[in-house]
Amino acid sequence: MKKSTIKKNIIEKIGITLVSLSTLIVITSLVIIFFDIISKGYSVISFDFFTTFPKKNMTEGGILPAIVGTFYVTIASAIFSVPFGIMAGIYLSEYAKTNKFTTLIKATIKNLAGVPSIVYGLFGLGLFVTGLGFGESVLSAGITLGLLVIPVIITATEEALKRVPDSYRDASIGLGATKWQTIKKVLLPSAGPGIMTGIILSIGRAAGETAPILFTGAAFYLNSLPGSIFDKFMALPYHIFTLSTQHAQISKVRPIAYGSTLVLIIIVFLLSSIAFFLRLKLRRFGGNK
Amino acid sequence: MNLESKKKSIEKVKIIDSFARKVFMFSGIFVILILVLIMLFLLKEAIPFFKDHGILEFFFGTQWDPTSAVEEKYGIIPLFISTLFITIGSLIISIPVGLGAAIFFAEYSKGKTSEFIRYIMEVLSSIPSVVIGFIGITLIGPFLAEITGSNNGFNAVNGSILVALMTLPTIISISTDALKDVPKDIKDASLSLGSTKWEAIIKVAIPQAKRGILASFMLGVGRAVGETMTVVMATGNAPALPKSFLDSVRTMTANIAIEMGEVPIGSKHYHSLFAIGLILFLITLVINLISQKITKRIS
Repeated sequence: MKKSTIKKNIIEKIGITLVSLSTLIVITSLVIIFFDIISKGYSVISFDFFTTFPKKNMTEGGILPAIVGTFYVTIASAIFSVPFGIMAGIYLSEYAKTNKFTTLIKATIKNLAGVPSIVYGLFGLGLFVTGLGFGESVLSAGITLGLLVIPVIITATEEALKRVPDSYRDASIGLGATKWQTIKKVLLPSAGPGIMTGIILSIGRAAGETAPILFTGAAFYLNSLPGSIFDKFMALPYHIFTLSTQHAQISKVRPIAYGSTLVLIIIVFLLSSIAFFLRLKLRRFGGNK
Repeated sequence: MNLESKKKSIEKVKIIDSFARKVFMFSGIFVILILVLIMLFLLKEAIPFFKDHGILEFFFGTQWDPTSAVEEKYGIIPLFISTLFITIGSLIISIPVGLGAAIFFAEYSKGKTSEFIRYIMEVLSSIPSVVIGFIGITLIGPFLAEITGSNNGFNAVNGSILVALMTLPTIISISTDALKDVPKDIKDASLSLGSTKWEAIIKVAIPQAKRGILASFMLGVGRAVGETMTVVMATGNAPALPKSFLDSVRTMTANIAIEMGEVPIGSKHYHSLFAIGLILFLITLVINLISQKITKRIS
């Protein structure tokens, strides 16, 4: 009896050690990634790094066109995905009945989220670049990224709307408002912050994706900023990819590759942190539920 | 306001309301349309290749060499085996670590610690794959080269480690939710019967949460199969049949990413890459459907 208790305790200790160790591995990996990139990337960061073009075959100079390109293509993707994502989210939360059709839409959203990003790239190439003749451009890449992030926005919108208590809906309908008026004046304002988290997350995702823009518009090097949505663009993640794998003098451009990675990682870190704390605040002080 | 204009304005509000309903309904349908369109486009661009080249050699050919001067080879097997290597290799790491972390997260952390881990997961899941790939080149590659004595560390081990990092947040967050969903009474009952907390977790909580945990593994498989940039950057991309995890591999995703930039649009090679894309799409679709089927049975 006593022996088995001792054995149990030992097993329990081993178990706790193992699960703690797993958690530690995950946290340590993250720390190592950040430490490596920050420690080797910070030295090239300067005001000029953000405001100048690459120089001397990209071995010197800044990353202005990559930052601007990523900004443009992210905005393009948001213009496309945000309205559609929110509308589909509203449909699922407010209109859809529990039936086969709704189940199909929900399953489709999950499946879309599981489609590999390179497949979105192929689709963008087939439909937007060649099929519709948009060419390799901010527009083609933007819509491709937009399609990729739509599931994020739909899910966030649906969840945010579901958190609004039914008493809000009943009160508004009871006062004679139509469903659309209720959505516009009551539901969307209270679900706003929750939807915002989804938008922020989707922007972070779009800004960091490389595979979908490989053949839809990203360029190795351009000596001017894109002037229209039909121009090619440089992008931060693609810039990191080319500097670390395609460039002829990889060791010479390594510091700039580190600097670019640092900038990208800070952008997505800030976006995901904002989304996280916004959601945390909602859960604590949301009042509804 | 007279009665007539009041009626009119109510009429107008009603029209707007029914219009809004239609717009929302359409956006719901649009979601299905996207998935259907993706599949149709992949089919449309892949079919010319299958017609031209035949299906058998594509599925059973053991050589991928579309630019060979002697004889073009379009066998998907080496690419498929490479994807298999990366998927299995990454799961060997991410399943135990992910499940362990999920147990810690769900059962042994509270309040601030729990919130902190959730934050770490969120940040980790937001790191772009190109950044993870960069780490594969700058940190893990040289490290592997040193301990294995090879001239570079660009192989399946490197890719597996990186892809494991990419799939961990998915596995951890979904497994954690599954464990947290196990009713407290059941665990308490086990504890009151004299089992230790660890025994209650292993013998009661995990079997109860089995489906959710399995679904998280399936989603991890889906992500591993579809992961592109990390493997392009860190596995060396040799399009040969890999024999060990220390060999260089070229996954299906990586092959598309590498070759699509160089092929003339409309060529046989171009269509062959869409054929690979179609296979990838179908594999991930099936994996996703399985994981949905597993989770559906819970509720």
